[in-house]
Amino acid sequence: MLSADLLANAVVAGILLGGFYAAVAIGLAIVFGQLDIVNIAHPAFIIVGAYVAYILNSLFGFDPVLTGLAAAPAFFLCGALVYRIYFLAFERTGQESLSGLAFFFGVMFIIEVSLILVYGVDYRLVQAGYIGQTWTIGFVDLPLRMLVPCAISVALTLGVYLYMSRTFMGRAIQAVAQDRLALQLMGADPVRIKQWAFGLGIATAAIAGSLLIVIGPVEPSVGRLYIGRAFAIVVLGGMGSIPGMFVAALLLGVIESIVATFFGPSWAPAVSFGVLGLTLALRPAGLFGRS
Amino acid sequence: MHRRHWLFAAVGALALGFTTPIATAQQKPVKIGFSMALTGGLAGGGKAALIAMEIWRDDVNGKGGLLGRPVELVYYDDATQGANVPGIYTKLLEVDKVDLVVSGYGTNLIAPAMPIIMRKKLVFPALFGLGANEEFKYDRYFQIMPAGPEPKLDWSRGFFELAMSQNPKPRSVAIVAADAEFALNAAEGARANAKKVGLNIVYDKTYPPATTDFTPIVRAIQATSPDIVYVGSYPPDSVGMVKAANEIGLKAKMFGGGMVGLQFAAIQKNLGPLLNGVVNYDFWVPEPTLTFPGVNEFLAKYRVAAKDKGVDPFGHYLPPYAYAYLEVLGQAVEATKSLDHGKLAAYMHKTTFDTVVGKVKFGKNGEWARTRTLQVQFRNVQADNLDQFAGPGKRIVLYPKEWKSGDIVYPFKQ
Repeated sequence: MLSADLLANAVVAGILLGGFYAAVAIGLAIVFGQLDIVNIAHPAFIIVGAYVAYILNSLFGFDPVLTGLAAAPAFFLCGALVYRIYFLAFERTGQESLSGLAFFFGVMFIIEVSLILVYGVDYRLVQAGYIGQTWTIGFVDLPLRMLVPCAISVALTLGVYLYMSRTFMGRAIQAVAQDRLALQLMGADPVRIKQWAFGLGIATAAIAGSLLIVIGPVEPSVGRLYIGRAFAIVVLGGMGSIPGMFVAALLLGVIESIVATFFGPSWAPAVSFGVLGLTLALRPAGLFGRS
Repeated sequence: MHRRHWLFAAVGALALGFTTPIATAQQKPVKIGFSMALTGGLAGGGKAALIAMEIWRDDVNGKGGLLGRPVELVYYDDATQGANVPGIYTKLLEVDKVDLVVSGYGTNLIAPAMPIIMRKKLVFPALFGLGANEEFKYDRYFQIMPAGPEPKLDWSRGFFELAMSQNPKPRSVAIVAADAEFALNAAEGARANAKKVGLNIVYDKTYPPATTDFTPIVRAIQATSPDIVYVGSYPPDSVGMVKAANEIGLKAKMFGGGMVGLQFAAIQKNLGPLLNGVVNYDFWVPEPTLTFPGVNEFLAKYRVAAKDKGVDPFGHYLPPYAYAYLEVLGQAVEATKSLDHGKLAAYMHKTTFDTVVGKVKFGKNGEWARTRTLQVQFRNVQADNLDQFAGPGKRIVLYPKEWKSGDIVYPFKQ
């Protein structure tokens, strides 16, 4: 069964899938990887992003991906507000570890139930000209349903990476992740910086949600399927490393695709998480993490 | 008739008209308890089922209730988590003191209730569980889903019989299913049917429920060059499978079989022409061969009740059966004039019930005595048009012969 075209298609499909995983995980790479906030509700925000894309697509025919980009600023403000509540209720009093986790669990359930109450539980899908089309290069197929999310995700990752490494605020976010006290001594406000970073993480959820609904149908609780995978990608890449997160996402995507093609899809998660375990055993800080 | 007689008649009629509901309202209600998936993965079906059950309750109460007592539905959200089900049924029986129980929606949520139900020796009408009683062999279990006496086999029997009646006959099959209870049961039956008709199984794999992209799976299937492909999948996976099959250009002659989700209007609308040619199971479609007494009246009520509730707007798949399993229970109560579970079970085993899904007769194991798992083929489906699925002509019934409304288009067009 092993043939060059099957292998090439499996690798390409894995890269496209991994690209999408990067969009799902990038917000967590900022919030969990850099700020150390276990935002278990991140996939729920992604589902909200998917619903925004669905609503504007079904009502006005807007392109779902453009809708996701347009919604990002609103998500940024929402994220900043959520962080402010989290800070006042938990972080300020040093209760962020367990109580903070419970808080984000609560946020996740509130989002899910709110979506159910407002939009019901039926599956939601979007229409776009590129969904269903396939580009073929040689013997390699590129379904646009996967290619478009991957391309947007690459651009998003590159944008966040440049922002983090080239701008004052980006470097400040990295600084607050490394040494909050030192930043405070230099006169910067770590809470404001963390609020900004949290907002940025949630803004990426708007885009990831719009990509998710391009790939397949969405209902309020579907975000739960991505919690484990998104955290695994951030840990595998190395906490806080954007390039590491991207490489880890591609790695998991390619492994899943190759295993699904040649050995059976039910082995894919086991092999992916096996690679995660093995990597952490050899490099406890992850692929790109600093020990 | 004298004027005075008219007066007496009118007063009498008014008295009857008013006193019956008042008497009914004053009576202790007949409580029917159940868990239902109102949130979580199966909530789309669970909420639609609940709407149907409430329509039945209102219909029955409008006619004076059961045994002259009003009917009350007592239910809790199981959140599509089997672990919640035993606690819910314990509460229903011990705290709410319900008189009767029925199951929630789906195999994974029926099985966890069975030990409690069996311990109390209760009649248990069940809603869409595939082979849920195979291990328990409980004699008071009654499954409304028309899978048939051998549910795992009957589920895909039609798909394989149709395939083998084509010329030239297919020689190989690929079987792919989600790694979850219903789909695994469906795949087990498909495997047995394939072997029985002499098909060579060239691909037989399961996939995890959290699968995002199905193109590697469909490509791996394509590499084995099967003549037909049997898929046991849940709604998001079914969408992924159909899209991937289209994107890759799957060359199988017949594709489908056990895909949950292709019965739902929102998914049908989104997939549109990609569905054309797909052969899949169903239980009720608006074809002229399946217009049972009362079904259209029920669906008209359902459409009004379902409006703006974020559930399937047409309700062809599950709601008629959710109405029917309460109809069966209600008819048994009225016929035996009793809430005694032994009498109810005995009556339900020997009786053929008239319901909105046609005549229902249960076999020894509580499944339908004869299968009515339909195999339908999508035809002439247009893009972005929801209303086209409200009427006939889009899902042609191919199997069983008794309910057939057209012939198969073979090979699969993709």
